[in-house]
Amino acid sequence: MSRLKQLFQDKKNNILSVFYTAGFPKLNDTVEIARHLQSGGADIIEIGIPFSDPVADGPTIQASNKVALDNGMTVKLLLEQVKEIRKDVNIPIVLMGYLNPVLQYGFEKFCKEAAANGVDGLILPDMPLDEFNEHKDLTSSLGLDVIFLVSPTTSAERINMIDGLSSGFVYAVSSSSTTGAKKGFTADQEQYFQKLKSANLKNPFLIGFGISDHATFSKASEYGSGAIVGSAFINLLQESSNFGKDISQFVESLKSKS
Amino acid sequence: MKYTVNEKGFYGKFGGAYIPEMLYPNVEELRQNYTSIINEPSFQTEFAKLLKDYVGRPTPLYFAQRLSEAYKAKIYLKREDLCHTGAHKINNTIGQILLARRMGKKKIIAETGAGQHGVATATVCALMGMDCTVYMGQLDMDRQRPNVERMRILGAQVVPARSGNMTLKDATNEAMRHWINNPSDTHYIIGSVVGPHPYPDMVTRFQSVISEEIKAQLQEAEGNPFPDYVVACVGGGSNAAGAYYHFLEDEHVNLVGVEAAGKGVDSGESAATTALGKTGVLHGSKTLLMQTEDGQVIEPYSISAGLDYPGIGPLHAHLFDTQRVQFVSATDDDAMQAGIELSRTEGIIPAIESAHAVAALKQLAVDPDDVVVINLSGRGDKDLETYIRWGKY
Ligand SMILES: Cc1ncc(COP(=O)(O)O)c(C=O)c1O
Repeated sequence: MSRLKQLFQDKKNNILSVFYTAGFPKLNDTVEIARHLQSGGADIIEIGIPFSDPVADGPTIQASNKVALDNGMTVKLLLEQVKEIRKDVNIPIVLMGYLNPVLQYGFEKFCKEAAANGVDGLILPDMPLDEFNEHKDLTSSLGLDVIFLVSPTTSAERINMIDGLSSGFVYAVSSSSTTGAKKGFTADQEQYFQKLKSANLKNPFLIGFGISDHATFSKASEYGSGAIVGSAFINLLQESSNFGKDISQFVESLKSKS
Repeated sequence: MKYTVNEKGFYGKFGGAYIPEMLYPNVEELRQNYTSIINEPSFQTEFAKLLKDYVGRPTPLYFAQRLSEAYKAKIYLKREDLCHTGAHKINNTIGQILLARRMGKKKIIAETGAGQHGVATATVCALMGMDCTVYMGQLDMDRQRPNVERMRILGAQVVPARSGNMTLKDATNEAMRHWINNPSDTHYIIGSVVGPHPYPDMVTRFQSVISEEIKAQLQEAEGNPFPDYVVACVGGGSNAAGAYYHFLEDEHVNLVGVEAAGKGVDSGESAATTALGKTGVLHGSKTLLMQTEDGQVIEPYSISAGLDYPGIGPLHAHLFDTQRVQFVSATDDDAMQAGIELSRTEGIIPAIESAHAVAALKQLAVDPDDVVVINLSGRGDKDLETYIRWGKY
């Protein structure tokens, strides 16, 4: 059973997935950050593949992409870093990124090397469902889970289609917005979470975008199996001078009330 | 129909809608509605009337006597430079704003490079009383000050894009982000034949009036609707798509696309996408794209802000791939010289984008009987600063 499926079988809520950009703030920080996330108590590590034109991202993640690319980050190096991470990290690792760098690397080559180096899942938000249909056999034969996004404006019919194509989990974007840390949820957002909860999806779902603190994390976990935090963590990395201490404190502060 | 979009939004292997889920409902709403709205008789009547009374169509097809003598061919200029606001861009913005209104949208956003599309969008928003926000790279705002002020006079809000190199590509990123964040009441008027399906097809249709008129005008002038050559500059490719459209299936008409070679195709400072690009995905479509081996988009360069884009529309990628269109390029210097030449021989100061098309005349192997149509996409008023800085006149 895949690491992601095992996790969701063993743990039904308060699953914390943490996103950060590969090669940020320093080129080789990718590995150390992953180790600290595992020891700090994160459940899933989501590593972003930097891209020159991240249209779905707000200022924080945009800036981290630029820093990473200026540092010289590449897809090839990321795959090597994952291999390094896997030497002592056992929790699921998901790679997330825009399609173009993956296409240039070669979709098949990328998937094969990612799987061989210990990646469990892929999130490629601008890959059309039709296009994925052509790659489905490849990813499933490699045991790679592929996770698609749903948003508040996704129709019920389409949610079912996306759930059908996804494996591991479904990524529920919390609001119609680009990525970025926000405070609190509106009633409309909670209604949408409830709709997803009642939809009886085949996959568990995690809520992402705008998760920044214990309040938003625990609220999201009331509806989904947990939540994904990104921009708030990138902000922390930007300021941190001691990853070990700061990352475990950050994870702790999300998971429990201070 | 080898060159029209298929039901999935592809031209051959190019096109499609490569967008994050947050944009899907907007783009899907447009896809489901655009053909039926465009085909409504009331839409067509309103569109045609505005093109005539407001834009000033049909634009003349002018026989350029002295230029013809110089190049030993029958050269006609399609005078898109005489459109209201000074370029072909307004054909598309009129079409899209009528569509947006019929879809119940209240607000308009757009991206702009040189500011021509921004001005054309601000203009139709003023005309229709709609709220208008235009994203423009900070660098382009500094380079194209008069167009920034034109947009502001017209009531638009101009928002600087400060990410990346702060040019057209980054302005497009910002406009897409704005659309993600404002999904229900906003329509995004893209300015060229780029973006996710249905934009390339929709913008092509709105610009196709150019070739429709060329055909009728040539029939009148030459007794034959078919020219031997149609030449147009290609940034994203909207004026070219419009000038080619009604000739695409007539393979005896030679279609020529002129890209910006900047300081030379191999100088590292150019925007010659077909020469330098590889298949990739940017701004929602799969197309030819200037990019690094690692799939990062390369910042293009051209003296002309309107051609300073790292990709071309998927239709053009397909026309290049099938060799239906011959792509050539002109450097900054070629284009500036051609701009001066046209000014001196015909009394027409072209936009520097359009001057690239004129510059290609030197590269065509024409016979004296050949009929050549150059799509003069815009006028040079906006480029006076650049002409002055170039100085060699
Ligand atoms: C006069 C003129 N011609 C051409 C272009 C390039 O756009 P396209 O290739 O879409 O026609 C522009 C863009 O700003 C323009 O202003």
